Amino acid sequence: MTPLPLVAVAGSPNAGKSALFNALTGARQKVGNYPGVTVERHSGRLTLADGRPVELVDLPGAYSLEPASPDEAVTRDVLLGRQKGERRPDALVVVLDASNLDNHLRFCLQLIELGLPTIVALNMVDLAKRDGLELDPKAVERELGVPVVETVAVRRRGIVELQAAVDDMLSAPFCGLHEHVKSDIVHLQRRAREVATAAVVSETPVRRWTHRLDSVLLHPIAGPLILAAIMFVMFQAVFAWSQVPVDWIASGVAWLSEAATQALPPGLLRSMVVDGAIAGVGAVITFLPQILILFFFILLLEGTGYMVRAAFLMDRLMHGVGLSGRAFIPLLSSFACAVPGIMATRTIDDPKDRLTTILVAPLMTCSARLPVYTLIIAAFIPNTRLAWGVGLQGVVMFGLYVTGICGALLVAFVLRRGVLKGGGGGFMMELPKYQWPLLKDVTIGILTRAQIFLKRAGTIILGTTIILWALASIPQAASGQKQSDVSIAGKIGRGIETVVRPIGFNQDISMALLPAMAAREVAVSAIATVYSIDSSDEQAGAMKLENRLQHRWSLATALAFLAWFVFAPQCISTIAVTRRETNGWKWPLFMVSYLFVLAYAAAGLTYWTAVSLGL
Amino acid sequence: MNAPFQPEPTRLDLLKVGTRARVASVDWTALDEGEACRLRHFGFDEGVIVEPLHLGPFGRDPIAIRVGRMTVAIRRRHAGAISVQPIR
Repeated sequence: MTPLPLVAVAGSPNAGKSALFNALTGARQKVGNYPGVTVERHSGRLTLADGRPVELVDLPGAYSLEPASPDEAVTRDVLLGRQKGERRPDALVVVLDASNLDNHLRFCLQLIELGLPTIVALNMVDLAKRDGLELDPKAVERELGVPVVETVAVRRRGIVELQAAVDDMLSAPFCGLHEHVKSDIVHLQRRAREVATAAVVSETPVRRWTHRLDSVLLHPIAGPLILAAIMFVMFQAVFAWSQVPVDWIASGVAWLSEAATQALPPGLLRSMVVDGAIAGVGAVITFLPQILILFFFILLLEGTGYMVRAAFLMDRLMHGVGLSGRAFIPLLSSFACAVPGIMATRTIDDPKDRLTTILVAPLMTCSARLPVYTLIIAAFIPNTRLAWGVGLQGVVMFGLYVTGICGALLVAFVLRRGVLKGGGGGFMMELPKYQWPLLKDVTIGILTRAQIFLKRAGTIILGTTIILWALASIPQAASGQKQSDVSIAGKIGRGIETVVRPIGFNQDISMALLPAMAAREVAVSAIATVYSIDSSDEQAGAMKLENRLQHRWSLATALAFLAWFVFAPQCISTIAVTRRETNGWKWPLFMVSYLFVLAYAAAGLTYWTAVSLGL
Repeated sequence: MNAPFQPEPTRLDLLKVGTRARVASVDWTALDEGEACRLRHFGFDEGVIVEPLHLGPFGRDPIAIRVGRMTVAIRRRHAGAISVQPIR
């Protein structure tokens, strides 16, 4: 079987390359990794008008073929046919930002010199018009000597024409590659300006939208206030908006549990399905809406171009603790999950900057902590309204996030003056034009995340829940005995308990800590499983988890538990990705140890303070 | 006879927000290889028109600069390596 023709989509960062790739391939995409490096490979399939399939690969954005980051190195190696795990593309679609031709044409000229059949997508022509720029695509075509198609990827304009051009390109006979590229950047830049000048029909000076918005959003006083407000709204929304879907899911789980109880005969199997699988996984799935709302905000901030502004605003402060503003994006992503956050540190050029960012990323409150925080806050913090739209529960949640951030900054500060001393660290970033992202692109992003989360719930969490159920149910307690006193899990829990008793943790918590190493949210299902096994009668089984916690934990214990989870590195995936990104066990082990020490100290301090205050 | 007023040459980090200037020279030796590469990719070179647009809220660092048709953010230290001739 001959492989499908491979067409690479290449272009400079912020050219709208990914939106164009989405428009061409739709939602049917494969996301993988290039072997040996931590650069994502996005590929998809494009079907031509006559039904012929073409494989499309979205190359990482690059400013030129001289790489300044690992991402750019992959782009160069794929284009030169040197990348492991990738064939050399048969043809290229080069994406240009029409409103930034002077710069983007330089890389485009370099790519055309490669000699592969090439089409240029003159993208974001609407933004160029908004800037008062009238372009002549025919002039660009004449100057470059390759077909040029006007597109607006986020509005799906020009996509049919681009597909037709790809069709023509693949049908035409192909005559040879150039192995050598003129890398004289000065020459290329000059030529790029010539082409850009030839392309401009007219230019009306207008007050640019992006500049006007930036005058407010990057204002020395208003800017940081707006950033703080956006973050605050984001975290309040995580609670407010999720209430209705959370209730739906909870009643769905309750219905399923009821149905399974009816359908199965009493015994170990029913206990495993109802008390193990449904109770455990159900407890975690309930938090899906909150996680998705958080992802919605992050994708929106990224899509509009605000994310880079946030980096701009935060750079000086980050610089103060030895990080760069570039670390802000990976760290903000870590609020959803540290795994993509740590992988996003690839864009940080300085190795010590990068390592510091990786080591503190787990301190950002990831979405897996949300189930734990939500449960404890709902059970122990009264739902008092402090002001219009501001509740005490939300404030406590906000406080936990702030504690994580302050911890991260402090740790970074110490690391940069100790183990990771030296290295200047730079901050050089393009500020892209603001634009409203297409809802469909955001939706594709959210659905991908939902799928990943549900897959995790179906595998790691289901597996851990069943193992824990077994540990907690075997051996079976005789009548009059408490199940959690007899079981294997009870014995392990008592072992851990001796270590964590000084910081106020009881046996329930000790039993949840071990399974929660798989993923933090498992702590919730672990506690749920323990209680549903302990409850002998139907009435207690119907009791909400929150109410049970209120009976069994003191407020001091609950607060200590929250403090523990701000710091504790309870996530196998994070440890694994750190090992991979740092090429060894040294740094992940360092990370795990320092985080456990901090967690123990923080929980201890919280507990002792709370007890001495009489809580 | 009025001689055309010619503003004093200065450095990019000292240029006032909203003042356009032409890059006179870049001290590439003051930058490490990666930084120099990135600045070239952004289009910083002799003869290019630049204009500081916004300053970071803390210590007026970094600086958002318009270069050609794009806006980039660089730190004050790197802007200091770029000599400019303000345009009246």
